[in-house]
Amino acid sequence: MSQTVNLEEYKGVFVFAQQVDNKINGVSLELLGKAKDLAKDLNTDVTAVLIGSEVKDLIKKLAAYGADRIIVVDDPELKEYKTEPYTHALASVINEYKPEIVLVGATAIGRDLGPTVSARVKTGLTADCTQLDIGDFPLVKLADKEQKRNQLLMTRPAFGGNTIATIACPDNRPQMATVRPGVMQKIEKIENPQAKIIEFNPGFAKNDKYVDILDIVKSILDTVDIMDAKILVSGGRGLGGPENFHVLEELAAVLGGEVSCSRAVVDAGWKPKDLQVGQTGKTVRPNVYIAIGISGAIQHVAGMEEADVIFAINKDETAPIFEVADYGIVGDYKKIVPMLTERLKSAAAAEA
Amino acid sequence: MKIVVCIKQVPDTKGGVQFNPDGTLNRGAMLAIMNPDDKAGLEAALRLKDKYEAEVTVLTMGLPKANDILVEAMAMGADKAILLTDRVLGGADTWATSTSLAGAIRNLEYDLIITGRQAIDGDTAQVGPQISEHLGIPVISYAEKLEIDGGSVVVNRQYEDRHHVIKAKMPCLITALAELNEPRYMTPGGIFDAYDAEIITYGRVDLIDVDDADLGLKGSPTKIAKASDKVRKGSGEQVNLDAEASVGYILEKLTEKHII
Amino acid sequence: MDFNLSNKQEMARTLFREFAENEVKPLAQEVDEKEEFPVETVKKMAKYGFMGIPVAKEYGGQGCDNLTYALCVEELAKVCGTTAVIVSTHTSLCIDPILTYGTNEQKEKYVPALAKGEKLGAFGLTEPGAGTDAQGQQTKAVLDGDEWVLNGSKIFITNGKYADVYIIIAVTGIVEKRGRQMKEISAFIVEKGTPGFTFGTKEKKMGIRGSATYELIFTDCRIPKENLLGQQGKGFGIAMHTLDGGRIGIAAQALGLAEGALEATVEYVKERKQFGRSIAQFQNTQFKLADMAARTKAAQLLVYRAAKTKDAGKTFGVEAAMAKLYASETAMEVTHHAVQLHGGYGFIREYDVERMMRDAKITEIYEGTSEVQRMVISADLLK
Repeated sequence: MSQTVNLEEYKGVFVFAQQVDNKINGVSLELLGKAKDLAKDLNTDVTAVLIGSEVKDLIKKLAAYGADRIIVVDDPELKEYKTEPYTHALASVINEYKPEIVLVGATAIGRDLGPTVSARVKTGLTADCTQLDIGDFPLVKLADKEQKRNQLLMTRPAFGGNTIATIACPDNRPQMATVRPGVMQKIEKIENPQAKIIEFNPGFAKNDKYVDILDIVKSILDTVDIMDAKILVSGGRGLGGPENFHVLEELAAVLGGEVSCSRAVVDAGWKPKDLQVGQTGKTVRPNVYIAIGISGAIQHVAGMEEADVIFAINKDETAPIFEVADYGIVGDYKKIVPMLTERLKSAAAAEA
Repeated sequence: MKIVVCIKQVPDTKGGVQFNPDGTLNRGAMLAIMNPDDKAGLEAALRLKDKYEAEVTVLTMGLPKANDILVEAMAMGADKAILLTDRVLGGADTWATSTSLAGAIRNLEYDLIITGRQAIDGDTAQVGPQISEHLGIPVISYAEKLEIDGGSVVVNRQYEDRHHVIKAKMPCLITALAELNEPRYMTPGGIFDAYDAEIITYGRVDLIDVDDADLGLKGSPTKIAKASDKVRKGSGEQVNLDAEASVGYILEKLTEKHII
Repeated sequence: MDFNLSNKQEMARTLFREFAENEVKPLAQEVDEKEEFPVETVKKMAKYGFMGIPVAKEYGGQGCDNLTYALCVEELAKVCGTTAVIVSTHTSLCIDPILTYGTNEQKEKYVPALAKGEKLGAFGLTEPGAGTDAQGQQTKAVLDGDEWVLNGSKIFITNGKYADVYIIIAVTGIVEKRGRQMKEISAFIVEKGTPGFTFGTKEKKMGIRGSATYELIFTDCRIPKENLLGQQGKGFGIAMHTLDGGRIGIAAQALGLAEGALEATVEYVKERKQFGRSIAQFQNTQFKLADMAARTKAAQLLVYRAAKTKDAGKTFGVEAAMAKLYASETAMEVTHHAVQLHGGYGFIREYDVERMMRDAKITEIYEGTSEVQRMVISADLLK
């Protein structure tokens, strides 16, 4: 591809530090954690790129979670996320500081910013990576081909989650990857972190690509993030109606877990989208996942199959969920779950 | 108003995943369908056609059999259909794909380009924004509502916990979510007409302002190091007991696994 | 001889199947249980042009052929016998005679609204004393100045009360033919809401329970002179020819019922286990299914052939009779075996085959009983 650059000039692992309303998104801290590993393998350091307006207070947090250096692009134009000014900001940083790797969270922002930036700097982008390693490309040395060292190897699901592919970007820089929240792990917070700070502003003159934000409408949420839950009690269409979720809520309460759901439930309007587990919802990795009245279509399974232990309760013995469940119970949840909750309650009371 | 809709033919990895007896993926069994996010984009364009008498052109890059989704699009109401097909374009990653599509689009007049957010085989959500970058027009991704206001679009742009109402001057590109609408069915008359209609074919030679170095497998900056189909995790235990015994079983396992 | 459908027809079938699966199937049980005419479904079908498939575009139709129309009825019937007969009656028994025998004014006045599904059509021939003996008509139409005055009643009218446009067959006089007094029978177009046109009993039926089957009552009902359809005295011929076309629709409905029952049974026998294995592994099941499949396929070929013959502009009455006779008897036999293979579950209303068997019975009776079909076929053989 026609990028005329000297690959050797590109050094360092950069992480886009996503902030919204002056709060750093958890995925950015997770990526800093991973960046530290990659930087170690490459014998280089980690830089966080913080883009926003009046965001200098966030620098400390980035340093505490692994950034050796923070490049701050602070401008009023960057207060709310808009594709063009943010793309201009990140692309300018890349062109100026030449990182060999740039990691972006695969959020609704990252999956918009990533592709536009990668196209602007004329490099490749790999989306939704579940694993990042440093290695050789090609993986096995071929007789007639140069084997490049210290390449970023990006592993990701494709084909609706049915295929795992490992991708490299050997001839272009930076190597860019987006990573979903909850996949990588942040490091232990560093007390008294030291980090170098660079202020950078490429200038933001409005052009035809700028759009206007007419309104910002926040969704009304009074729910916990299911991605943080260790135990999830999840309901599907098989529950029959929204009023039946209280049965699951009681079980979740006694287990110290949270309630989540399948896409069918969200589509039916019974529960909000932020409780949805699945390919177009959230990927969760709880210790325990209890699937109740969920058929187990691949789109849902892809979002929870990494749970440590999976229970499934379903009336239909042929439901696909039983093929991923560690413990599958064929039966009517209405009869089983309330009884289970009672037994757990009395056991807890007995111990108290 | 002129609208270009980019659509892709994909295997039905959402509804039609089949596994072989040994748990490996049965790719051959999957039907080829129009990508769901793209279909929503097409429906959005057709609704604008209904309301504002817009002209809707559908464009797809693929093998000759991608013709099927172009016929389907016309049977739903699209006015023109273009198939971009050429051996040199094959094996493309999102950079090369977006470059090719942008090259084709440069032949057309457009006020609005609509793509789906992501395809259910690649799942990258990259091609739409990258096309806008190549064409130098604004992009609004994750559109869950779309309206026209004079020479601008007004879009509800979805984020995890909120949405922005965004106004952008046309020409611009939006990427559509399947949630944007409920796509219409084709009509029998539409099908008959679509089969009689002419589908325009483009090849490499029709792409404007593109470099051969940016096309196809060779022009793709991302390269596949390896790929393998997932084998389905085998199932665990399955029991079919009365309610009382089921509860006992669950408690036993919860204890065994130190959950309680 | 090409046994394949054209690409267009195959794609149309995919459309019908998808619509039937997503929009019609989920409601089928409730429509049957509540004996409810599926008003919303008809609106949706109208939106997508299903109510005027073989009608020319210039008359607001889809411009497709009769085979495509038959495919629609077939796919609908696979999931819901009621919905299929609504489309069939409307298209074959109301739109078709107006297009075939109507004046330009009549065609322009009625067909576009019918083809677009803005109005629903029906056909009234049968009377309490005139079933197979259609000439036993008693409903009279008398010309009075600029109007025809109708008196009488019709029974068992499909789409009754919901339909806006009715083709009504009535006696307009006595003529002498070869020394005998014969009834002069004519056809009329009557609109719902015309004073003197009311509805009587809604029938409670064994099957196609969501289909509205009503008695029509005419009491000094005055309609404009212009509403005579075709020539005066040609009404019986118009009715018979109309029924020829209707038989293709009913044959397609019967075919769909047989196919739906067969498909459901194949799925069921694979899952149902007795004696430690699925009943699909027993030869009795296998042989029964083989017979059902072969009969159904034969019925399909007869139905398609009848439709294709009509599309080719040839006389198709015998082909339609054979298709209707064979498909309806196949539907009855296949649904009967389907229920049996389901065992006790086949008798439970939650399982579709129970409804399919009840729906199948009428296909052997209406639009010409199997006996009438036999008369048509043998008359042709022995002429």
